[in-house]
Amino acid sequence: MAQFKEISPNATATQKLANWFDNRFPTAGAEYRKHMSEYYAPKNFNFWYFFGSLAMLVLVLQIVTGIFLTMHYKPDAALAFGSVEYIMRDVPWGWLIRYMHSTGASAFFIVVYLHMYRGLIYGSYRKPRELVWLFGCAIFLALMAEAFMGYLLPWGQMSYWGAQVIINLFSAIPFIGPDLSEWIRGDYVVGDATLNRFFAFHVIAVPLVLLGLVVAHLLALHDVGSNNPDGVEIKGPNAPLDAHGHPLDGVPFHPYYTVHDIFGVAVFLMVFSAIMFFAPEAGGYFLEYNNFIPADSLKTPLHIAPVWYFTPFYSMLRAITTEMMYALSAILLITVGWVLVKTSASSLTKLLLVVLAIAFLWMFNAFGFTGLDVLQGIDAKFWGVVVMGGAVVILFFLPWLDKSPVKSIRYRPGWHKAVFGVFIVDFVVLAYLGTQPPSPTGERISQLGTLFYFGFFLLMPWWTRLGEFKPVPERITFAAH
Amino acid sequence: MKKLLLTLISALAFSAGAFASEEGPAWDKAPNNINDLAALQNGAKLFVNYCLSCHSAAFMRFNRMRDIGLTEQQIKDNLLFTTEKVGDTMKAAIDPKQAKEWFGANPPDLTLVARSRSGHGGTGADYLYTYLRTFYRDPSKPTGWNNLVFPNVGMPHVLWQLQGEREPEFETREEHGHEMKVFKGWKQVTPGTMTPLQYEEAVGDLVGYLTWMSEPAQNARVRVGVWVLLFLALFTAITWRLNAAFWKEIK
Repeated sequence: MAQFKEISPNATATQKLANWFDNRFPTAGAEYRKHMSEYYAPKNFNFWYFFGSLAMLVLVLQIVTGIFLTMHYKPDAALAFGSVEYIMRDVPWGWLIRYMHSTGASAFFIVVYLHMYRGLIYGSYRKPRELVWLFGCAIFLALMAEAFMGYLLPWGQMSYWGAQVIINLFSAIPFIGPDLSEWIRGDYVVGDATLNRFFAFHVIAVPLVLLGLVVAHLLALHDVGSNNPDGVEIKGPNAPLDAHGHPLDGVPFHPYYTVHDIFGVAVFLMVFSAIMFFAPEAGGYFLEYNNFIPADSLKTPLHIAPVWYFTPFYSMLRAITTEMMYALSAILLITVGWVLVKTSASSLTKLLLVVLAIAFLWMFNAFGFTGLDVLQGIDAKFWGVVVMGGAVVILFFLPWLDKSPVKSIRYRPGWHKAVFGVFIVDFVVLAYLGTQPPSPTGERISQLGTLFYFGFFLLMPWWTRLGEFKPVPERITFAAH
Repeated sequence: MKKLLLTLISALAFSAGAFASEEGPAWDKAPNNINDLAALQNGAKLFVNYCLSCHSAAFMRFNRMRDIGLTEQQIKDNLLFTTEKVGDTMKAAIDPKQAKEWFGANPPDLTLVARSRSGHGGTGADYLYTYLRTFYRDPSKPTGWNNLVFPNVGMPHVLWQLQGEREPEFETREEHGHEMKVFKGWKQVTPGTMTPLQYEEAVGDLVGYLTWMSEPAQNARVRVGVWVLLFLALFTAITWRLNAAFWKEIK
């Protein structure tokens, strides 16, 4: 037990009360100091550093509005759609709560995508922050599950058919696929059972996982300290300290970054409110028009598109056609050929590689053109699912793929910035194509986009080392305000 | 980099344009009368008299129409059938089985039609405004009516007495090597009880009502939104100075 602290009888009532609590619950004060008033963060954060705290804000907003929505929502295939309209019409301020939640869903992905991109350009996942990044990627994965299951709940046409399409993807997995997708749905088609279980996952199971991961993300971050736009450490053996032993280049999170973030919150809320009050459908991107028609298992909409935040990945799924598998087989062949000719691996390794390559070519259906039954590989649809999942999973490996000698983009060669720029354009173009009905031109562009997306990550061990790097300063660059 | 961006954006714009031209005729812009109570009330009257016999608005309560300036007594006297209560939702009297027999499909619920019909061509209101003004006689159809934006529509022209009968006129034009039938204009075959201008206005009122009904809170939403944004502007200014006051001391 800690030492019991006595306080002067002349102290103010507030001081006495604080002392009373501190003697009985010292953890509260210690944690407050550790994570707020004595957590030193680099003082050169720019606007990219708003999005972490904004993601927290949106998480809280989603949980609180979600609680109020569940008070009126009915997870029942016959009642769900009507209960949402009941919230929109008959529940006092129900429309506001619902729009906060629906706009919040999209806002969540916007801030999270920006937050992740910040990590990418400043190398925030590099040693020793790998775990911070891994927890973050897990949060992103949980968030996608949360959003996907939440989107079924309004029980409109897009909710229904979107869920139908995505769950059907699992049936492309060889052997277990059809049973697996039926197990997920709890029925032969998306139905009441599906709605009920998605409700359970959406309101309690996934949010619990999310909260746990957010705590892990923050604890891991505060253990290793925040990165910054210069990618220079402010804590550690070589970093300068002030007279009190605090980092000279850091400021206490509270009050400096709390007031900073409140300003960021104010600007964010302006944008958020402008959308929520004046264009809550956001042109059919946040609330799809078709979703104002109740789910009908007999009427398939002409054009089924997931909500915008899934469309980059959906585009990559659609990009994997039989033709694309031939292209991927060719890339595999060239890669293996290059390894065989150019590297000095042992002949056993090379033999193993050739065997593996043939096995994969067979599975890729590269010999499908022969028309022989034995040589038929796995359908391109399955590889589409693999690519879509891989596009998210590959993010987990980023800390080990990036071999750049400097962390921050500021000190990387100019053309690296161009590569990052093209990466953004690629992501946006894929997202746009995913919202559109399939077209031959769109298919070609999305195939190129998919190749660039994976090339960007998989070739990182090579391209991130190349070029003329700028000297990294000893200490962060900071201009007083 | 910038050049690449521009090329990509223009490529996207082109593909979007090409997509738009594949759809039916362009939608006319519906008049915006969401704040015009007289128009909304007239639209409500038209809706109850002409639409509600077959189409429900199952999420809309009659007494919500107090929001467009009607009193509960006025609603009871003018817009309710004898058996209904003012707190009821708008349910059509038609039997779904018979409806299916007569029109080939159940008349869809119209509560949200102004939202669900939005698309590339414009808002749902634009669609409805065009749809209700482009019915024409077509003896080859079971109901004797057809529609320009909804070909082979199951619904007959319910407002035909108001509009009269019309025929579309097409001209054939050579485009990209294809013979294209391009809509040129309308020919009035028999006059309606309304002049064409009166009919346009009436449809505008009806569409205004449908738009309002699709989200009765929309006017309150915009009103509240203005105050929220004004507050947030002030809040942003305060937090901006607060932040500056703290960071002044950081060198």
